[in-house]
Amino acid sequence: MDPIILFFVLGVILGVSKSEVRLPSQIYDFISILLLLSIGLKGGIELAKQPFSTMLPQILMVLAIGFILPIIAFPILKYFGKFKRADAASIAAHYGSVSVGTFAVSLAYLNTREIFYEEYMALFVVVLEIPAILIGIILAKGISKETKWGKVTHEVFLGKGVALMVGGLLVGYLAGPTGVQSIAPLFFDLFKGILALFLLEMGLITASQLSSLKKYGFFLLGFGIIMPIVFGSLGVIIGSQLMGLSLGGTVVLGTLTASASYIAVPAAMRISVPEANPTLSLTASLGITFPFNIMIGIPLYLRIANSTQNIFGA
Amino acid sequence: MEQLKILTIVTESVLENQIAEDIEKHGAHGYTITDARGKGHRGLRDAGWDYNSNIRVEIVCNLKTCNAISKFLLDTYYNDYAMITFSYDVTVQRSNKF
Repeated sequence: MDPIILFFVLGVILGVSKSEVRLPSQIYDFISILLLLSIGLKGGIELAKQPFSTMLPQILMVLAIGFILPIIAFPILKYFGKFKRADAASIAAHYGSVSVGTFAVSLAYLNTREIFYEEYMALFVVVLEIPAILIGIILAKGISKETKWGKVTHEVFLGKGVALMVGGLLVGYLAGPTGVQSIAPLFFDLFKGILALFLLEMGLITASQLSSLKKYGFFLLGFGIIMPIVFGSLGVIIGSQLMGLSLGGTVVLGTLTASASYIAVPAAMRISVPEANPTLSLTASLGITFPFNIMIGIPLYLRIANSTQNIFGA
Repeated sequence: MEQLKILTIVTESVLENQIAEDIEKHGAHGYTITDARGKGHRGLRDAGWDYNSNIRVEIVCNLKTCNAISKFLLDTYYNDYAMITFSYDVTVQRSNKF
């Protein structure tokens, strides 16, 4: 098993057994800043090599996925899960958006297996992160005047995730592969070690969400596992059939569509849909979907991508 | 000399910017914000990561401002957010500053 996954398991075990291990929150902040910038930088370098005309249709396709996913999830949550409108909308927004942590694990997984993927896909993380938030707010409130769109926009675009990734993309794009060489030891060589520390802390956080799982029962558990499989398969099929991505690229896109946000969306939802219970969506996205994706999901999406290629051809 | 109050608000850190704005709108001249941890009605908030952290906001102001801010917070945030407020009398140097 990959050591970074073992770090996650270690975190969960330590958390469940109420160990005193904790990354100081400033360190956790620092680690997530490093991860976001590393991913952005790598993506930016690759992006510079792509002609914009081939990128544009892909970007539009990913944007469309971002709008559609929460619209699929919402009725399932509302009618089968019997959640209140605000809660269903908020959870749907979490699942329509993405988790950068899961994305990073999928890259590490493919790197270990030496499977090629399009490195500019970091751009898709940013593109996919945003639409679900807007759809979530509209599903909860309609296009209502009381929504403070200014504040929401600020939260979405200047929040840590989007701001640092876009920043990294730009720096990578402008500096190019040779320019970035001088900072590569920190951002690229240490990537897996940093990711391991990040996953240790994620394990601790996941463990803290597990106690609320009992309270919210089986529907959320099932949703947190089945929804990513459905969305992941959808992402794989779109990636290979409509966007012409490589095998690794389709796995990354599948992982992105399967993953659920736990940083950008919770903050945006808390401000714009305060009546939604944040514990519900975080229990699902952090307590169930995140561990499912990094341990079972990503290998599964690779298998689905392989069979898709065998059935439809690459 | 006018009796001044300290109004303390403990709430979710996601509200930091909004509350800072609200406070100034209601006539306070300044505030101090620190990170906080604790446990309450809404469970343990241990500041392990961004989302789960609390802030403690302290405002020194006159009674009128204190009441105005408290009432506004009660009406605006109490239903949906983890929040407590409390106030007490306080003696300060240079009371005209507040």
